[in-house]
Amino acid sequence: MFRYQVASAAATQQVGKQLGQMVKPSDVILLQGDLGAGKTTFTKGLASGLGIQQYVKSPTFTLIREYSSGRLPLYHMDVYRLENGGGDELGLEEYFGGDGVSVVEWPQFIQDEWPETYLEISFTKSTDNPQLRELTFSPHGKRYVQLVTQLQAKL
Amino acid sequence: MQENSSQTRELILAFESSCDETSVAVIENGEKILANVIASQINSQKRFGGVVPEVASRHHVEQITLCAEEAMTQAHVTYADLTAVAVTYGPGLVGALLIGVSAAKAIAFAHQLPLIPVNHMAGHVYAARLVKPLTYPLIALLVSGGHTELVYMRTAGQFEIIGDTRDDAAGEAFDKVGRVLGLAYPAGGKIDHLASQGQDSFHFPRAMIKEANYDFSFSGLKSAFINTVHNAQQRGEALSHADLAASFQASVIDVIVTKTLRAVKQYGVQQLIMAGGVAANSGLRDRFRQEIAQRDLELDFVVPPLRLCGDNGAMIGAAAHVLYAQGVRGDAHLNADPSLSFPYLAANTTK
Repeated sequence: MFRYQVASAAATQQVGKQLGQMVKPSDVILLQGDLGAGKTTFTKGLASGLGIQQYVKSPTFTLIREYSSGRLPLYHMDVYRLENGGGDELGLEEYFGGDGVSVVEWPQFIQDEWPETYLEISFTKSTDNPQLRELTFSPHGKRYVQLVTQLQAKL
Repeated sequence: MQENSSQTRELILAFESSCDETSVAVIENGEKILANVIASQINSQKRFGGVVPEVASRHHVEQITLCAEEAMTQAHVTYADLTAVAVTYGPGLVGALLIGVSAAKAIAFAHQLPLIPVNHMAGHVYAARLVKPLTYPLIALLVSGGHTELVYMRTAGQFEIIGDTRDDAAGEAFDKVGRVLGLAYPAGGKIDHLASQGQDSFHFPRAMIKEANYDFSFSGLKSAFINTVHNAQQRGEALSHADLAASFQASVIDVIVTKTLRAVKQYGVQQLIMAGGVAANSGLRDRFRQEIAQRDLELDFVVPPLRLCGDNGAMIGAAAHVLYAQGVRGDAHLNADPSLSFPYLAANTTK
């Protein structure tokens, strides 16, 4: 486990950008955190690290947005609307095993669909400073231990 | 630039299955709804309590042929009467889109009918054509849970995005802020109602309102709102929900109305269409009407009725009418395109 503090949305994006330069096909990244914690902001950074120029917009309503203009495809998912079920029939396994990188917001609502190995990143807002966030990286599986070590060296 | 209605009836069977709704419509001459069947409205009122969006392809598969049969029955037409079959092929969820695309292809092939692929967002714009003729050039504001786009149309069937949200859609911000206030989903209507009873006392930021472009951002407003509520909770202070709602809504409306009317002026259009679920917001509609009257603008402001503002097949049929006349055709290779988008026209604005 690796913890890292950021003090602005720009800093959150910067961490995402670093990670975006390291990810490989079929990588799955689960983003945990409250409303406004910085999950979509982080994904914007990750997209820029992949070389995606388009706006990365929140997929809350569309559930999945796909971006194909970068080094690898990015599958940006947000299952916030599936709190009461339905995520089991989205066909997520096809994305997780696909050619791109999957980033999932609100993954707790589709826990049964999680792959065996993944990187979980938790965003915790500071109680006294609204700008401050702590990012906790929890790798599950060898690939992700290696990815976090690589990221740690860059930050 | 009004399309003429010919002697013979042009009948288009239109499919929509890009996200939550399965819908099939029959549209006559691009302007008259003979049927507009939307599955989720038939079988589940419970969506609004339990909220299980029908995102699964299985639901679309179950519904789509039933919807098509129902639409044909309601319209009193047979396959032999049809002129063409239209379908949304993007943007949306790939699994959901493929159901509509496959159904439309099968019917087009079986009955030797032309197939017209339609961009879902073009459908939202053309929902207005079911209300009145469109006059080009025009600007359409598409504002919903999933979109906040300003689309410029030089002429029929030509779409260019001149402004877009860079993060959250306006409707999404309404729902998320609603959750912070403990309101049930969907929260847009409830916030609108609360806002009418409160004052804009919190002065939330008006993101990007002065920037020389037509883009939007609602993520910062969402954060400001959450922080305000959170800080008050920590101090044990109770804030007026009506004032919070009014302040939030005032920020959203200020930015949307200001930037949209600036675009209307710069592009010299005479018609403004507002569509999408947030078009139902009374505060937003009222402000547009007030500003248009106050500024004495010669602007025809068209808002389709709410049933045509959500996802539906009728709007796809209305858009398909225009595309059909322009010779747009799909074939057996037509595929779903989940990331389909209009071209983005960078705004060359002056301050």
